[in-house]
Amino acid sequence: MIELNPFVIFIAAIFTNNMILSNFLGMCSFIAVSKEIPTALGLGQAVTVVLGFTSIINYFIYQKILEPLGLEYLRFIVFIVSIAAFVQLLEMVLEKYLPNLYYSLGIFLPLITVNCAILGVSLFMIIRNYNFMQTVGFSIGSGLGWTLAITALAGIRQKIKNAPVPEGLKGPGITLIITGIMALAFVGFSGIVQIQ
Amino acid sequence: MKKVKEIFRMGLWEDNPVFGQILGICSALAVTNLMLNSLIMGLGLIFVTALSSFTISLIRSFTPKHIRMMVQVLIISAYVIIVDIFLKAYYPDMSKALGPYVGLIITNCIIMGRAEAFAQKNTPFISLIDGVASGLGYTMVLLMISFVRELLGFGTLFGYTIFSENFTPWTIMVMPPAAFFLLAMIIWGANIFLNKKEKRKEVSKA
Repeated sequence: MIELNPFVIFIAAIFTNNMILSNFLGMCSFIAVSKEIPTALGLGQAVTVVLGFTSIINYFIYQKILEPLGLEYLRFIVFIVSIAAFVQLLEMVLEKYLPNLYYSLGIFLPLITVNCAILGVSLFMIIRNYNFMQTVGFSIGSGLGWTLAITALAGIRQKIKNAPVPEGLKGPGITLIITGIMALAFVGFSGIVQIQ
Repeated sequence: MKKVKEIFRMGLWEDNPVFGQILGICSALAVTNLMLNSLIMGLGLIFVTALSSFTISLIRSFTPKHIRMMVQVLIISAYVIIVDIFLKAYYPDMSKALGPYVGLIITNCIIMGRAEAFAQKNTPFISLIDGVASGLGYTMVLLMISFVRELLGFGTLFGYTIFSENFTPWTIMVMPPAAFFLLAMIIWGANIFLNKKEKRKEVSKA
């Protein structure tokens, strides 16, 4: 396998291999929390922070504990527990030391535990055999890419709030079509870099 | 027996997890470029949903309320690990093709949703049936999407060639945007149908 530059992975994770638009991860909250730009941006920041930390934690857990002991098959349970524990911890720390940030991000934190993107990034980094720097680039890039996509979608949804949409397409239907068009636009980036 | 039928009708159609409740679409889209992948993913999900609903319902009276989420997640992950190991052992190619999406069954909202909404309040057997019904509803939608994507994208179904060699594959069908469009179409169609039915019910009541 060719060693990819972490920065290349970072760019790729934002544009060409965007978590939502090309890997379909984190769709549930993507549809539910994309009605307004400020909330979408808040959730995006929270996801980016949690993604950055948990994938690094999971990287060390996997490399230093699970692999030497031959317990790779336990990774799903271990990852999900470490993500849940990290989110819980972050919530407590924020509440104690940064109450302002806590009140703006607080409601999103429990949602993040079950966000597919978080677990997805941890699993992707194992399957693609990333080293430490690559993992850092990939996870932060993925978080930023997710934020970019959800904020853009929220902006479009605000614009079309009063548009006459056919009855059956209202809500999730039209959101999916917008997402499809966004995905189509992002396919245009695919010439920049390609990771797989 | 009547209740079982009712549950299947709800799970497959009226309360279908994908287009009725918009749950679990994360993985609904990623595996739908080939029908075989969708089928395997669907079977895995039916297995996990059914058995985890059963287990959660079995221990529902012993589980302390405030840690039940954690318990549920652990039960679900245990079943997902079984599916993962099974696929790795018997269908290594399939395991590679599905990649991380097998593991992502854990965060599939359908399972948690059924556990919270149904298995917490019902007996184990009925919960098992409900899990199977929801899983089937999900599999049905996956197969619908992948039918179109594989047929138009590769000209094949389950790997068998359907169209002759002169057929030009629609590249867009293989790419992610098509999955979004197709799912939107399915939701649209289902909404129109369900709305009509509701209106008819209202009319007959009045």
